[in-house]
Amino acid sequence: MRWLSDDKLNHLRSVVSEPDFSATKYTFVKELGRGGMGVVCLAEDRELDRLIAIKILNTPDITEDLRNRMIREAQIIARLEHPGIVPVHDAATLADGRMFYAMKYVRGSRLDEYAAQGASLRDRLRKFQAVCDAVAFAHAHGVIHRDLKPQNIMIGSFGEVLVLDWGVAKLLDREDRSYSSYRTYSNSDDTMEGAVIGTRNYMSPEQARGEVDQLDERADIYSLGAVLSFLLKDQPKVSKAAHAISSKATATSKEKRYSTASELSADIGRLLDAEPVSAYRENAFERTSRWVGKNRFLVLLVLAYLLMRIFLIFTSRR
Amino acid sequence: MDPDTDIGGPAHRFPATDHSAIINARSDDSRVRRRAFDTILASYWKPAYKYIRLKWRAGNEDAKDLTQGFFALCFEKNYFATYDARKASFQTFLRTCLDGFVANERKAGQRLKRGGDIDHLDFAEAEHEFAAHASTLSPEDYFHREWVRWMFTLAVDAFRQRCEESGRTVHFQLFERYDLSDDEVSYASLGKDFGLDTATVNNYLAAARRDFRRIVLEKLREITATEEEFRAEARSLLGVVRP
Repeated sequence: MRWLSDDKLNHLRSVVSEPDFSATKYTFVKELGRGGMGVVCLAEDRELDRLIAIKILNTPDITEDLRNRMIREAQIIARLEHPGIVPVHDAATLADGRMFYAMKYVRGSRLDEYAAQGASLRDRLRKFQAVCDAVAFAHAHGVIHRDLKPQNIMIGSFGEVLVLDWGVAKLLDREDRSYSSYRTYSNSDDTMEGAVIGTRNYMSPEQARGEVDQLDERADIYSLGAVLSFLLKDQPKVSKAAHAISSKATATSKEKRYSTASELSADIGRLLDAEPVSAYRENAFERTSRWVGKNRFLVLLVLAYLLMRIFLIFTSRR
Repeated sequence: MDPDTDIGGPAHRFPATDHSAIINARSDDSRVRRRAFDTILASYWKPAYKYIRLKWRAGNEDAKDLTQGFFALCFEKNYFATYDARKASFQTFLRTCLDGFVANERKAGQRLKRGGDIDHLDFAEAEHEFAAHASTLSPEDYFHREWVRWMFTLAVDAFRQRCEESGRTVHFQLFERYDLSDDEVSYASLGKDFGLDTATVNNYLAAARRDFRRIVLEKLREITATEEEFRAEARSLLGVVRP
């Protein structure tokens, strides 16, 4: 038998894990990334002459039944038309039996990269609010993402916010949940397949426990809270209200979280507008400080006026 | 017998199986158990031999006897039937059993010749590979690496055999030249050598790689007990760290 050198062995492993696009309209360009759930490739759509991103799920030989179910779900998810959602264009099976999703290829930075580039707290909150709005839209259409994390959020070249990777999302109110029941998670930032889906640091407790039937929009709210916590981390002068929003969204009990992503978005909006947020009860001093902060120009004007009056009174007595 | 799932070695043939050999090792039917044992033996004897050579610093003949003794005892006592997939992967289970066996044998200071009909293994080749390719890996990592290498070697052999049986020798030859050979070749030069246009070379190679992948997964399924273990091992086997 032929001896396989380490290089040859690595090559063969690469060969068998490389996507086989021979029966599709796509041409493999390069690998963009690799995670627990699969591999993301850049490919060319030969019919439409454009670049697209293709995610190939790391399931070596899924059953026909499972494949059909995944395609059916992908079709419904593909109907989500929102500026903040990168939709699934196509879902099918490669000749080698692996399932894939074709998505728009987004140029830009991931949210974690965007944060690392030194974005201000205000900019971070604005981007986060846009994420909440996109997720709220999906929830309104009965779709939960289940794997929200900074790595799945892109900031496009024009500052637009796009939530990626809806290929592993879940439709709510479905009787048949066996598709979900075969996935699992890892302890890294990679999403994995098995009994539960998600990423440990961003996954709700009920999701981590594998309570697939208990998952609803509030699982995504938890993940959003974890993303917010990530964005607040290492930021100077983060208000107690901001931390309170994050804490409320990531409450262990889902009953204590925001019930909708819109509510969370509204609280972020109020935070940006220096208005009281629902997650935090201020004392009189904090209320005054916030009011002063919000109306700084008016306060300065009044102070200047008062100082001028005092000065005039003082000088007129001489 | 279905030739597509026949994975025989040069001096012994391993019958086809549609199911996991690990599961079949628990069968009440002795013929099914024997087939399961042969499959497991075929998949693990060489990594086991090299592992004993490395970890236990056993000499060539000593390692050969220990490998044969271990698998013979496993067959005799039907150890593989005791594997519990919830506790560890089969690979870890087998390695742990192997360590226990070697430790006991060393303690006893004597080796009993056992049956099991496993005299056909090509230890000379295994010894040559061990001696020629020194490793700096830990014994456990080495065992895994050599198992992966052996699985792919068996898959290449099975693929060659299938191509010959189905009259698709060109597919294998293209695969051999492009993916197995150390020589750098282009699709165009292959096309010239085989009298094919570049697009056909591309299609043949894609089909060959697809078939090869299927064989690798088939082999993996044979030696895993559960769906979860299969998926985990598939990730481990196919999850490539780019060189």
